[in-house]
Amino acid sequence: MKLTNTTILTAGITAGLTLLTGAAFAQVPVLTVYTYDSFNSEWGPGPGVELAFEEICECDLQFTSTGDGAALLARLRLEGARSEGDIVLGLDTNLMAAALDAGLIAEHDSTPGDLTLPMTWDDPHFMPFDWGYFAFVHRTDMETVPGSFEDLAASDASIVIQDPRSSTPGLGLLMWVQNAYGDEAAAIWEGLADNVVTVTPGWSEAYGLFLEGEADMVLSYTTSPAYHLIAEDDAGFEAAAFAEGHYMQIEVGGILQTADNPDLAQQFLDFMISPAFQTVIPETNWMYPAALPVDQLPEGFETLIQPETALIFTPEEAAAIRDDALATWQNALSQ
Amino acid sequence: MAKRAQPITLVQGIGGAFVLLVILAILGPLGAVMIRAEGVNGLRPADWAAVRFTLLQAVLSAVVSCVAAIPVARALARRRFRGRGAYIALMGAPFILPVIVAVMGLLAIFGRAGWLNAALEGIGAGTIEIYGLAGVVMAHVFLNLPLATRLILQAWLSVPSERIRLAHSLNFTAQDMRRHFEWPLLRATLPGAALIIFLICTTSFAVALILGGGPSATTVELAIYQAFQFDFDLGRAALLGLIQVGICVGAGVVAWRFATATEFGGGLDRPAMHWPGDPHLSRLWDGLALFAAGAFLLLPLAAVTGQGVGAIAGLPLSTWEAALRSILLALASTAFAVTLALPIALLIAGKAARAGLEGVSLLSIAVSPLVIGTGLFLIVFPIADPVALSLPITGLVNALVALPFLLRALIPAATQAEATQGRLADALGMQGTARLRHAILPRVRRPLGFGAGLAAAFSMGDLGVIALFSTQGQETLPLEMYRLFGSYRTNDAQGAAVLLMALSLGMFWLFDRGGRVNAAS
Repeated sequence: MKLTNTTILTAGITAGLTLLTGAAFAQVPVLTVYTYDSFNSEWGPGPGVELAFEEICECDLQFTSTGDGAALLARLRLEGARSEGDIVLGLDTNLMAAALDAGLIAEHDSTPGDLTLPMTWDDPHFMPFDWGYFAFVHRTDMETVPGSFEDLAASDASIVIQDPRSSTPGLGLLMWVQNAYGDEAAAIWEGLADNVVTVTPGWSEAYGLFLEGEADMVLSYTTSPAYHLIAEDDAGFEAAAFAEGHYMQIEVGGILQTADNPDLAQQFLDFMISPAFQTVIPETNWMYPAALPVDQLPEGFETLIQPETALIFTPEEAAAIRDDALATWQNALSQ
Repeated sequence: MAKRAQPITLVQGIGGAFVLLVILAILGPLGAVMIRAEGVNGLRPADWAAVRFTLLQAVLSAVVSCVAAIPVARALARRRFRGRGAYIALMGAPFILPVIVAVMGLLAIFGRAGWLNAALEGIGAGTIEIYGLAGVVMAHVFLNLPLATRLILQAWLSVPSERIRLAHSLNFTAQDMRRHFEWPLLRATLPGAALIIFLICTTSFAVALILGGGPSATTVELAIYQAFQFDFDLGRAALLGLIQVGICVGAGVVAWRFATATEFGGGLDRPAMHWPGDPHLSRLWDGLALFAAGAFLLLPLAAVTGQGVGAIAGLPLSTWEAALRSILLALASTAFAVTLALPIALLIAGKAARAGLEGVSLLSIAVSPLVIGTGLFLIVFPIADPVALSLPITGLVNALVALPFLLRALIPAATQAEATQGRLADALGMQGTARLRHAILPRVRRPLGFGAGLAAAFSMGDLGVIALFSTQGQETLPLEMYRLFGSYRTNDAQGAAVLLMALSLGMFWLFDRGGRVNAAS
């Protein structure tokens, strides 16, 4: 009697485990993509990308997500060679050098083809999937909109920015001022000090404060007004065009050295710049797709400002100047 | 009978084992980060500035929270009014709110575009500015005043009614009451309450940044964040983590020197009754205290609720799933926290309160969640998939974080139960479960319910380590809320915030209520 019970129990457990581990996926290879949190939220590009890729890859695409781009990189570095990851998706040019230095990224075989970035791209390790310009977003009823950092510093417009030590947009702003003003950056920051209402740990807090009316402007992207226009049918937001140009954030993906199935990973990298992936980006990540002609952008994107000058540091430059730029920023705003 | 050889009872054995477990669970991850760092670099000048600011704001926040809590706790102890229970439960809400929500609520009232400034402008007065050190302290008081009030209130309610009856019959004046009851109980409670709030504020990160106004408002936790995520300097992160522990130990020593045990003698556990003293003046004072605290705590909550309540019905399915996940997680970590806390509290109570033992439990709020999370990740990673374990680990860490609050509530009650009922129990030869059930549990029931409520609510609201481990389909409600914010869905995020607040409050209320049922009979 006891034997029978044990047998039944064993059979039951075996059946249960088989179900749990997903017999259906047993033969299908798994591609693990490490990305940042908001990419993989229900409203981010994640679900659409997964659906589109699984249609063509005969694989199971799984996302693992952690914080923002910086947290993502830290997670990969913690895991090191034992990582289960195949792809990293969502680092930006300011983080690329660190990822390379840590030996995380393998070279890819993709040819960038017809990218729609405002610059050429021939990086052997990373492939861009979207990009945007940092900008100060304000409501359309703002009376005097500053047209440059110098204007902004001279005005009494209030701004909310993010801390470069805890957020990627905050670091982007640091790079923007550094790129546009070089040695004059310290003077610009000193001028901006009385405009800064406060500094937040991340983008969400800053944008929230701005929406609550705590400041006239918030550091975000030129594409932010598109969200309000398209998703909320609210034309009340726009980005201020700055004469010195706007710093770009280019978000990239790469194949991890730890990829179990390099061919599948390579297939994903090619897929990243294919229309199936690219068309998902504008209305989920609210950024410009890296390989989609302008005329294929959703209606509403044509209302966005188009900066005449695109500013950017190479990954090596960004890595080299970061610490000094941070010190300048801290000094200017601590006083 | 006076000096008896104390046999090591089962409860004490378990308590001792649990203390070791807690030390291991906290220092283990810190050690793991240290080992992985392969060498520790020195600190930067900016790190010392962070240490100074952290200490300054945490001391101010703890002092203001506790001082402000005294009249409120006293009013709650002395007055019976309709809605008192709801008032106590509701004012507990800020403590469990995610920081971003609490800050939004405060800004709705005190911010540049808030009600207060609108009113001030309306009457032609100047506007007030919430950003800066004052804003940080204000937010920390908002978050911690409820905790301070409840901890002090517990002490007030621990005075046996027989004592108050005696005071009545001796015609005690308000001044006598202050000298014989209130001052001793404050002396015993305040240092502990202040310490715990100080510790909570040392790990503050988002509050200090958002309301601090800029880089001068850098805390140690932010320095850890930067060392870890931007510099990937694990050595510096671990060193800063150690400094955080050092601050905790230092604060613990200071608080310990000022704490004394209260001895109000035994009672028959009758319900509390009115205190002697000037009824008119004190009624006015109490009313004022309750009104001021209520307005300060509830208006921001009302503002948050007003913003988000309309969005709840339209929340996506994933938010509800996250809510369910958070509830289960909170229940599990509460069960675990209570299992840990009760034997430890009894161990400490049985040994006439050993500072070292209690200090151990405080470590868990002083250690940086980021460092613990990273350390656990390093420990788990070679053995198992940390992602698969993300929910159990979050539950464990939440339980550890809740432990100090539970102990802070339990230890005085357990100590007093031992002091007042221990001899009788000894005389009757009551040991083990019988002693626990008849002599101890009825007397720690109220603080146990309160502590469990806090643990549950805290776990509900915690963002914590889940963010480091999480993957698809394992979001907790706070994480889901942050994702909604991050996807521009501010309205949905506000809805999720209200849901979170309601669930946390509900959990707290149920446990707290459970602790009070029959407590008077």
